[in-house]
Amino acid sequence: MFRPLRLAALAVFVLVVFLAVPLAIKAAGRTDFYYTLSSVALLAIASSGVWLMFHIGRINIGQGAFALMGGYVSAILVTSAGFSFWLSLPLAGLFCAAVSILIGLPILRLRGVYFAMVTLVLTEVARLLALALPITNGAKGITSIPAPGAIGAFGVTLVPAFDTFAERNLAFYYLSTIMMTLCFAALYRLVHSRIGKLFVAMQQNEELASSMGINVPAMRILAYAISSFLGGLAGAIFIAIAQSIYPSSFTVNDSVNFMLNCFVGGLGHVFGPMLGTLVLYFGWDLLFAIGQYQLLIYSGVMVLLMLVLPNGLLSIRLPSRRGARK
Amino acid sequence: MEQVVANGLYLGAQYALIALGLTLIFALMNVLNFAHGQMYVLGGFVTYEIYGQLRWPFVVALFASAITLAVLGGLIERLLFRTVIRRSVREESTMLLAAGIAYFLDAVILLLFGEKQRGVPKIVPGVLRAGDIIMPYDRIVVGGLAVLFIVGFILMMQYTRPGRAMRALAQDRIAAQLMGVPVEFYSLLGFALGAMLAGLVGGLLVTITGVNSGIGGPISLKAFLMVMIGGAGVVGGAIAGGFILGMLESVGLTVLHAYGDITYLVIFAALLIFLAIRPNGLMGKPWG
Repeated sequence: MFRPLRLAALAVFVLVVFLAVPLAIKAAGRTDFYYTLSSVALLAIASSGVWLMFHIGRINIGQGAFALMGGYVSAILVTSAGFSFWLSLPLAGLFCAAVSILIGLPILRLRGVYFAMVTLVLTEVARLLALALPITNGAKGITSIPAPGAIGAFGVTLVPAFDTFAERNLAFYYLSTIMMTLCFAALYRLVHSRIGKLFVAMQQNEELASSMGINVPAMRILAYAISSFLGGLAGAIFIAIAQSIYPSSFTVNDSVNFMLNCFVGGLGHVFGPMLGTLVLYFGWDLLFAIGQYQLLIYSGVMVLLMLVLPNGLLSIRLPSRRGARK
Repeated sequence: MEQVVANGLYLGAQYALIALGLTLIFALMNVLNFAHGQMYVLGGFVTYEIYGQLRWPFVVALFASAITLAVLGGLIERLLFRTVIRRSVREESTMLLAAGIAYFLDAVILLLFGEKQRGVPKIVPGVLRAGDIIMPYDRIVVGGLAVLFIVGFILMMQYTRPGRAMRALAQDRIAAQLMGVPVEFYSLLGFALGAMLAGLVGGLLVTITGVNSGIGGPISLKAFLMVMIGGAGVVGGAIAGGFILGMLESVGLTVLHAYGDITYLVIFAALLIFLAIRPNGLMGKPWG
């Protein structure tokens, strides 16, 4: 019975993101917002991975590692191996997913703060690896990565090369937002599927879930792989926009921010990370005008937000429903 | 080789003290204090201002560091953590709060003390040469003080009334409350004590390595490492973790020096393997 409402919400979202925002930006002449909003979309994708880990009851502060890894995989494939960007994109995601399965086998046995701390360390490992490995070119990083080329099938150009766009960032804006929409749609579907129910069961009590016959180790590997896939995907597109990657492209701070995006948006809702990213990223950008007090006010507001709305922004309209559930 | 061990011991004593504060806060409140490194930096700057700038005695500066941080820690617990823990649905929410506080302290430190690397005059001049070991006297004094604080902390936890109450709290919060332990007061005290330890190490180490506003994050990361090695929420684990990391760092910097800057990479890799075998560290509780 909520179906029409949901469809309407989806239609409004699509119209706003793909029509109203580009038109408004064009009218206002603030083309720099294309870059800002692309960043928001990509960071929201990475944060959604973190959110999925929250959904199974794990605090993942290691998403920066996979964003960095995805970025490097894509960059190396494009510059050294001559792959097309479009092919490197899924490969970057799959590579991250594969690595996360390998790492996940031991570390997913950890819980609570142990898992949080290990994943935090992972981000640092990724940075040090990028510095030490020969293929990543150390601290100098990989620069002048070519922009995504054209996609064609049977002689028809489906997506023109990004260099042919008059406003290259507009192309990236569409790429990022389309990816974000797809990722969140997939995530929404996942969370509301049977697997999503299993995830909630694991969040509440892993032993109990296990005793019900849920294959808990396999499920949490699955969640971690999806989470890392999203991180790698976001990282790869980010690198394509920046056209360069360094070991410091994604750091511990980014990993913590991905987690904060989820908290601010609210852990109880799939779209929490999207809203959280938008609020935090724009908040940070707007406060830039204040200069040296930027970090002070930003963090002060964050602490206040936590005091007033400890369950995230999306919890504002939830009280009545939550009351009903309890 | 003796030199490497001596360095490791000295470093380990400092690290153990940092890890103790973190693990105490974790044990009492189930809060992972992201702001621990920033508290350390703040302690360092207080000592820098009083000992380095005002030229008051070092002991006074150290006291000031400890008291400043204890008051700050108490306020943070009373005004922020207690409220959020009460109101939030999921207890992970305290992590956002802790991260927010870390950023906030970073900003405050940057505004108050600037971004320059700061150092203070040596507290004791001279260098000890005994056999193959070369150790400046100030390092020995600082290392000795750290060990003294650690011993004092353990004695307090074992034999005093507040210590016993805090141990009870760490074991089982609800049971402790039912036995009439004023849980809220001891949470406050524990948080203040944990923050104080961070400030103390900051004050001690500023005399050797100096301090700058950017090292808070890396210090927190190291503290997490130590707690993971030893096991979260256990006093013995924190001390063991501190000494192990200090020793690894000292040995690693010597042995792996030829291969470039990979000491920490090796330590991380070893840690991942170690945690695969012992997920809760050396002495940790089964559930973090």
